[in-house]
Amino acid sequence: MKSLLASSALLMAFAAPAFAQGTDTYTPDPNAKPGGSITITYKDDVATLDPAIGYDWQNWSMIKSLFDGLMDYVPGTTDLRPGLAESYEISEDGVTYTFHLRPGVTFHNGREMTADDVVYSLSRVTNPETQSPGAGFFGMIEGYDAMLDGSATTLSGVTAVDPQTVQIKLSRPDATFLHVMALNFASVVPKETVEEFGPDFGRNPVGTGAYKLADWTLGQQVVFEKNADYWREGIPYLDQITFEIGQEPVVALLRLQNGEVDLPGDGIPPAKFQEVMGDPAQAERVIQGGQLQTGYITMNVTQPPFDNVQVRQAVNMAINKDRIVQIINGRAVPANQPLPPTMPGYTEGYEGYAFDPEGAKALLAEAGFADGFETELFVMNTDPNPRIAQAIQQDLAAIGITASIQALAQANVIEAGGAGTAPMIWSGGMAWIADFPDPANFYYPILGCAGAVEGGWNWSKYCNEDLDAQATQADSISDPARSDERLQMWSDIYTRVMEDAVWAPVFNEERYTMRSARMGGADNLYVDPVSIPVNYDYVYVTE
Amino acid sequence: MAGYLLRRLIQAVLILLGVTFVTFFLLYVLPADPVRQIAGRSATPETVESIRKQLGLDQPFWIQYGRYLWGLLHLDLGRSYLQRSEVAELIWARLPPSLLLMAGAIVCELVLGLTMGIVAALRPGTATDNGLMIASFVGVSAPQFVVGLLLLYLFGVKLHWLPISGYGTFSHLILPSLTLGILGAGWYSRMMRSSMVEVLRQDFIRTARAKGLTRRRVILRHALPNAILPVVAMIGIDIGIFMGGIVVVESVFGWPGIGQLAWQAIQRVDIPIIMGVTLVSAVAIVLGNLLADLVAPFIDPRIRLR
Repeated sequence: MKSLLASSALLMAFAAPAFAQGTDTYTPDPNAKPGGSITITYKDDVATLDPAIGYDWQNWSMIKSLFDGLMDYVPGTTDLRPGLAESYEISEDGVTYTFHLRPGVTFHNGREMTADDVVYSLSRVTNPETQSPGAGFFGMIEGYDAMLDGSATTLSGVTAVDPQTVQIKLSRPDATFLHVMALNFASVVPKETVEEFGPDFGRNPVGTGAYKLADWTLGQQVVFEKNADYWREGIPYLDQITFEIGQEPVVALLRLQNGEVDLPGDGIPPAKFQEVMGDPAQAERVIQGGQLQTGYITMNVTQPPFDNVQVRQAVNMAINKDRIVQIINGRAVPANQPLPPTMPGYTEGYEGYAFDPEGAKALLAEAGFADGFETELFVMNTDPNPRIAQAIQQDLAAIGITASIQALAQANVIEAGGAGTAPMIWSGGMAWIADFPDPANFYYPILGCAGAVEGGWNWSKYCNEDLDAQATQADSISDPARSDERLQMWSDIYTRVMEDAVWAPVFNEERYTMRSARMGGADNLYVDPVSIPVNYDYVYVTE
Repeated sequence: MAGYLLRRLIQAVLILLGVTFVTFFLLYVLPADPVRQIAGRSATPETVESIRKQLGLDQPFWIQYGRYLWGLLHLDLGRSYLQRSEVAELIWARLPPSLLLMAGAIVCELVLGLTMGIVAALRPGTATDNGLMIASFVGVSAPQFVVGLLLLYLFGVKLHWLPISGYGTFSHLILPSLTLGILGAGWYSRMMRSSMVEVLRQDFIRTARAKGLTRRRVILRHALPNAILPVVAMIGIDIGIFMGGIVVVESVFGWPGIGQLAWQAIQRVDIPIIMGVTLVSAVAIVLGNLLADLVAPFIDPRIRLR
């Protein structure tokens, strides 16, 4: 039995090896002042605040502030740190995790959180009756299959050793497990409240988080107030956050300029971007950061002509990525591989396919399509995606490929992608932002055989069993000391994906958030990789 | 009258049944699988099937439709797929703001439309008349999205007279009602003008003038009540037009009504909400038309309901 304290820097190594640091590297902001309240606007209704169900970028960070899981991230970074677990141990064989819970943590309803709540919460999220979109993340935990087929109602791999200790047994070593424990889906919820509200728990959330729900007026506003009993000392800073619902992004920006709003939740609208950046007073309040996102074109490898690797390579060479980046006001960097640059496992120095229409034409001729061919490009119908699709269409036309654009609602594009009826899809607005900062999250659902099934998110329908085997092997390395080896294996996997030219990666979006003049806190809190638009727990107001 | 009402109510129920059928069928054949949306991108095929079964979406169309109607009989509009809340509750919470907005719009269109129409009719062929009719033409043709943003920019951003967006006070109501009402004001002014011009040519107006009544009295007491009849009968029909308009206007002004709810639901293909909002709109339109027909004989005794 190898025993590691949570403070071990090594444990963090596979999260971000380049920045391997101590466990909780966060140093409180010396300028932070407690008190005050802020207003954030959103266009759409808040869907649900049930951590087992909420899975859009709007409620994701709200839920993060209402609930906690065993693991957490250092604010503004992708580095894991313990959450409700004070420390943990991993067995020698990498399949048993023992978490020691923080004593004295209470739910918003006043009851103390115990190991039984962890068992209940993980069983609930994997129970098919909960209909959680995150259930699939827990597949590595022992007993998951029995939950799935309905033969069990408690996840057998999760046991309460004593009120302060939880043991989780995995069916296989999995290096991503601690990240999964930091997902919202793994949040700890109180059984009595979940049962009291039933399907309406998402409207009456009770967790252990830094904020608690104070008011929810349907269609108008959601108000969070500070949880004065929060277990992290001195956090959160703000007394209250008001989320105003139903505000057009353009209107939200006007109100920000008027001083009525502190953060436009939907970001700076594309039509206003240049105006904002051209005005120094406004531009200085804009914060830019990378995000774990890649925009790509999928090509269905099971259908001619995209079953021919040369055709796919030709498409890769035909796309003028710099021009597409200009279309979105330069709010992205051109991509040459599936992983975004800030993701561990990204292959530095890899060049991918350079923009070369002549070479692409030659390659196409070699593949037997000297006269080109006709195909369809599916795209989500909200700006800027149709404009990007038009640029792609023109690039393809330059090498003789006639692509007609099918601009549809998101759900329809996803359906066509899952059914395998779309020859090409521009992923913008739909895929793929990482659920957690690990290279595995970009492989299984969107490039692996598991996602290449009917309805899966692998829209290229690419299934390379060799790569799948290599991926499984890489993820079985849960020994933090060998994390570099694991990341190298992942880097090789993505390089092979690019050799097969399954996608044409186009760009990695950058995030731009704007704040009011009175808001304080480090810039990286405003482009937090896991809390969008901002890490609510750590920002503050200066007046 | 009672027989007429009964017949109309039976018709209304049939129309609503037809609306539910058409909407349900269209959403059924739509190439978007709600289960996949609920299950999320990391779901296994087993999870997808299990959810499909729980929601009864593995059943044939007629059974699904039958279940929906059965729910309706019990005033159960189902649960939103994505928000996971009761659809009835979501609509109920958003109905009062929409009704308030429509009431505001009716006031705006009547005040604006009738005034413009009367003024134009009293000076037919003059520059005033032409100017007003051009204005009404612009009102009818201008897209509400543009009108809304222009008003918002002028009165909210530049002049700071009115709040940019939101809900709660009287001042919040002004711009959205105006935006929604401008279209109707355009129509009303044109109808009012032609109706008024028509009435002013009638013999009884000449008689009234010949009696030596003041111009003001002739217009307000004799001409107006007769000219206004066809216009008032239109208000019921307006409700149908509003149902389209509120989707845009509520979005622009952040007005928390059912128009916004409908727009969000359509974008996310949240079928139970789309069904619910469509049904509520259909009820409003059917009732509006019924009301317009019922009121007509009171305003114009020449009309009889049989």
